[in-house]
Amino acid sequence: MAKVLSEETGALPVEERVGQVVLPGDVLLLPSHPEADGERLWLGPGAALPGRLVCGPGLRSCGAGLLVTKCGLLRHRQPGGAGGGSGGAYWVDSQQKRYVPVKGDHVIGIVTLKAGDIFKVDVGGSEQASLSYLAFEGATKRNRPNVQVGDLIYGQFVVANKDMEPEMVCIDSSGRANGMGVIGHEGLLFKVSLGLIRKLLAPNCEIIQELGQLYPFEIVFGMNGRIWVKAKTIQQTLIVANILEACEHMTAEQRTQAFAKLSER
Amino acid sequence: MKETPLSNCERRFLLRAIEERKRLDGRQSYDYRNVRISFGADYGCCIVELGRTRVLGQVSCELVSPKLNRATEGILFFNLELSPMAAPAFEPGRQPELLVKLNRLLERCLRNSKCIDTESLCVVAGVKVWQIRVDLHLLNHDGNIIDAASIAAIVALCHFRRPDVSVQGEEVTLYTPEERDPVPLSIHHMPICVSFAFFQQGTYLLVDPSEREERVMDGLLVIAMNKHREICTIQSSGGIMLLKDQVLRCSKITGVKVAEITELIQKALENDRKVRKEGGKFGFAESIPNQKISAFKMERAPVDTNDVEEQAEEIIMKADPPSDFVAKPILRMPGTAQIGEGLENSWGDFEESEREEEEEGNSDDATTSGGQKMETEEINIVSKTKKDDDTIILSDSEEEEVVILEPEETHKKTRTHTTTKQENSSKKAFNKKRKKKRATH
Repeated sequence: MAKVLSEETGALPVEERVGQVVLPGDVLLLPSHPEADGERLWLGPGAALPGRLVCGPGLRSCGAGLLVTKCGLLRHRQPGGAGGGSGGAYWVDSQQKRYVPVKGDHVIGIVTLKAGDIFKVDVGGSEQASLSYLAFEGATKRNRPNVQVGDLIYGQFVVANKDMEPEMVCIDSSGRANGMGVIGHEGLLFKVSLGLIRKLLAPNCEIIQELGQLYPFEIVFGMNGRIWVKAKTIQQTLIVANILEACEHMTAEQRTQAFAKLSER
Repeated sequence: MKETPLSNCERRFLLRAIEERKRLDGRQSYDYRNVRISFGADYGCCIVELGRTRVLGQVSCELVSPKLNRATEGILFFNLELSPMAAPAFEPGRQPELLVKLNRLLERCLRNSKCIDTESLCVVAGVKVWQIRVDLHLLNHDGNIIDAASIAAIVALCHFRRPDVSVQGEEVTLYTPEERDPVPLSIHHMPICVSFAFFQQGTYLLVDPSEREERVMDGLLVIAMNKHREICTIQSSGGIMLLKDQVLRCSKITGVKVAEITELIQKALENDRKVRKEGGKFGFAESIPNQKISAFKMERAPVDTNDVEEQAEEIIMKADPPSDFVAKPILRMPGTAQIGEGLENSWGDFEESEREEEEEGNSDDATTSGGQKMETEEINIVSKTKKDDDTIILSDSEEEEVVILEPEETHKKTRTHTTTKQENSSKKAFNKKRKKKRATH
């Protein structure tokens, strides 16, 4: 099957396509799967067993390779430690505004309903997520969390698939809040595209560092495209919000110019 | 889809910001967002952008007979539609009350103010008048739909050209655009709506509210005015109490804003007229700029096209030509047809039961041939019209009519046979069709 695919669809080995634009329907061949007998084991010099390959967002495994399901740039990350060429993670950097709940994502939600034991939270997806009142740090049946309709919640998904309603919690696996829970009453919430959020959450994002030098502020990023900002005055909060919204369409030079103008004031 | 709820946090922030006279996008309290007007290739088509709110306006005309009580006046028809692409809350089936309110306001603003001379739309009194239809579509909702819609409507009307008509005694000649240049409508004045949003029981006032501000406002005041400072319509909604001097202040602000916007409209119309006269390119493709996302930019990669032609020829030579695709159905015998070669029929169990059905079918044949006459005429007409389409509708439901393609001679017997069989039981018809399908393989 892999041979037929490569002849007809022009599938290329995946290393060649890293950093290039891929379109839905493209097939990427993985090197560690010999096409002859489809054996999964690759005995190379010095490698014991191939590491686990992570198929990230925008990719699906099919036969001997990966099938692209979203258009964007193909990225790769080497795994730490032993593993060499096999293992690691591949994903597609794509741009969209509509959020689809994914398990493990941290998101900002708005409480819409309090119904007995659960809260209904709007996360921007097609269904509202449910959040149990016991899923907060230190919550017991007697000690209920103080959550009102219209409050902002920062939590993560434990169940998120296309067949069921998504469920979220505000504690991690060890029972600690770890920054999750109800977000404070001040501050501004605004929406950006999903690609910008991922860019801002990258380990050494320049935008956040430069912003941090301007004013001190608190910021929460939700993977569903929502950002909450709070600075000392309303004016500063508005400035931070406007810069982040504009970052989407600005190049690096324009950004440095904008920051220079602001820091003069 | 349900609308995204407004969180308490946002509401509080917005109200506090308004108290400090700060707006989300950095405007002043009395500032309008940027208004951009672009015209399409046809006369009467325009897109108005008020910040991120976009409205498309299209004007069309038709000759109709006039209303009975207004025999010498033309007819104006306005229609605003909230497209589902404007906001997730707008669904195609359910139109909210907002739509009714906006439509009513637009009608009052444009029709009751008599900005268009309807007498000039009359061709032959009592017999033929022009019906001018203005269709407005909301493409993106970022607040203040009514202002953008009123600007789009009046700009489209000013831009529109109707075919020229000449009346000589009893003869009426309608010229096509090629014979004589189309004629603009006669417009007396340009009424434009300006919206004011009130907060904290009328303490704070904002002009041109954006979508966020509209969500937290207490009430809305809309004043429609033309550049001669005549008020065409005034409407207050939301149930707030307004003081006399507040309303007067708003009307003064409206006068200033309307003058600015009217100037902008005149400039845009003038530009478009110039471009069309000089033969330059006009239309949406030219005036609406391409919006690019510069975050994900890639360096242009050089593509090696040296021997692309040879490669392409090689591929074409090696590839097989596509198989002939037979689109027309093949008529094998009366009452059946086939498109393409299907898969091998895997229903082997039904041989016995089908033999039984065949016997039953034959006996039925004899009895029902008597009752043909009533239904034959109907069937003939139906079969004729269906033949034209060359379609096969095979369905097992009793409600739908079973349409069967006939070869050139109409076999009335078969037709009656099938319809009566349908009346008897759906199962029999189902088996009969299945049997026929098997026969053709």
